[in-house]
Amino acid sequence: MAKKESTFTNMVLTLFVVTALSSLAAAAVYNITKEPIAEVQRLKQQKAIEQVMPGFTQLARTSVMPETGPDSLIFFKGYRDTTELGFAVTTYTYIGYSGYVKMMVGFTPQGIITNVKVIDQKETPGLGTKMVDSMQLIHQVVGKNPAEFKISVKKDGGQVDAITAATISSRAFCDAVNRAYKSIDKIEKQAINTGRVE
Amino acid sequence: MEYIIIIISTVFVSNIVLANFLGICPFLGVSNKVNTALGMAAAVLFVLTISTIVTWMIQHYILNKFGLSFLQTISFILVIAALVQAVEIILKKVSPPLYQSLGVFLPLITTNCAVLGVALLTIQKDYNLLQGTFYAIGNSLGFALALIIFAGIREHLEMMDVPKGMRGMPIALVVAGILSMAFMGFANLVK
Amino acid sequence: MNQWTNFTKGFIRENPVFAMLLGMCPTLAVTSSAINGLGMGLATTFVLTMSNIVISLIKSVIPDKVRIPTFIVVIASFVTIVDLVMAGFAPGLHSALGVFIPLIVVNCVVLGRAEAFASKNNMVSSIFDGLGMGLGFAFALTLLGSVREILGNYSVFGIKFIQSDGVLMMILPPGAFITLGFLIALINHLNMKAKS
Repeated sequence: MAKKESTFTNMVLTLFVVTALSSLAAAAVYNITKEPIAEVQRLKQQKAIEQVMPGFTQLARTSVMPETGPDSLIFFKGYRDTTELGFAVTTYTYIGYSGYVKMMVGFTPQGIITNVKVIDQKETPGLGTKMVDSMQLIHQVVGKNPAEFKISVKKDGGQVDAITAATISSRAFCDAVNRAYKSIDKIEKQAINTGRVE
Repeated sequence: MEYIIIIISTVFVSNIVLANFLGICPFLGVSNKVNTALGMAAAVLFVLTISTIVTWMIQHYILNKFGLSFLQTISFILVIAALVQAVEIILKKVSPPLYQSLGVFLPLITTNCAVLGVALLTIQKDYNLLQGTFYAIGNSLGFALALIIFAGIREHLEMMDVPKGMRGMPIALVVAGILSMAFMGFANLVK
Repeated sequence: MNQWTNFTKGFIRENPVFAMLLGMCPTLAVTSSAINGLGMGLATTFVLTMSNIVISLIKSVIPDKVRIPTFIVVIASFVTIVDLVMAGFAPGLHSALGVFIPLIVVNCVVLGRAEAFASKNNMVSSIFDGLGMGLGFAFALTLLGSVREILGNYSVFGIKFIQSDGVLMMILPPGAFITLGFLIALINHLNMKAKS
């Protein structure tokens, strides 16, 4: 087949047809993968809740606006039958190595940290993943009550040892955990106000 | 203040080339001479900033509105390719001397992943238009800084007696590594 | 025989990373571990092979002047497909590779093969070329990722062999540049030895 001439109509037509077909293909795949992607997100959240608050049978869900930061936090209050297990809180920080990091933090009803799990992050591959992989930070805060144990890196006058070469990520970690802790009071009041147990 | 922080952190703390690995091809390719490095850096500053602004608008006013976010990659790259063409044509008409000095670099920019990368990262980080613009400018400046420093070092490197197997690209990469290490020293600049 | 050469040339002789120094951004950015390198390599292989097929099929109806934009659109749609499929079925890898998945679009290896090979050859040759180049790229990335992971984390593919933290610098950006530099030097050295 002879090559089409590069006339204006031909060029526009070709580009238009190719782009339209590409968009259709992308749309088709998008529709197929929409469900699995949503499912992945849901499972990720579910798994994170289980990791920070194992053994729950019932969850009550509320969202709370933190004192600092633009987005609301989601609180999952967990119950095993009728006993209160504590909270799993999705919290976030914007001061990670390249911005946003989303985490799940678990607390006992008394405010003691049970576990921390990073859900989502846009850190540079390699650099930021250190935060997920390293238990160094998580180990330091698990079992501590932020009322007595100051969660910020030692350089900033806190009690957490920063990870070598990743002070920024360490700070981000502390920032997110603190944001969750400081909002617990609010949720307590709110829960009493609404008296809501699902 | 916020904007100053964005600029400082993109130029020094998470430098686009040395920490984020965007725009490596031109970084290694056109960094033999300081002069060519300057030309490339200027062309990138131009295209990157404009394309970040345009792609931001497309994302927020078209893709998000109509739920077409899956067309992000396709539309962004088309816009960038078209923009590069447009910039080339406009420069040719408006400022021939500028075209003379930047012209050769412009076609290369379409496949410079720094441009698409910054456009995508601006969306990912949920920046507003003004923050995004500063982010783009900061990244271009970071690119320029890394490129010019690197070109300066490589000009000296040519006179050095480097072991045979290390000549050319290998030694350049090792130098880039050391430069990247030096930039890590800025890590605590922005709290 | 010819197809065999089309396939194998990408591994060593014309390896996109070690010999032609193409696709450097993902090469350096995602190779902080072997599995990331392999994942990126395979994603690129898929895009490369599929776009090679399509481009070799439509090459005769594309006017010359809009050749490159058309190629880019074709590549971009396959990249979008990979991006969506990975997000749905390999979420861990998807978040590890991050922005570098959409950036496969501007990987010079993909556009380079489209322009230099698929736009001039038939479909079968283009498939072999795409597979060979892609797997060569994957091989280079996996090798680089393994070396960095071994030195930086004392592990390969996530399996730890020394219970310790490793040389963190190798996983951080400087390690990427330096490891690649020494790998290319090693290959240059072996080439020179083979010649003399």
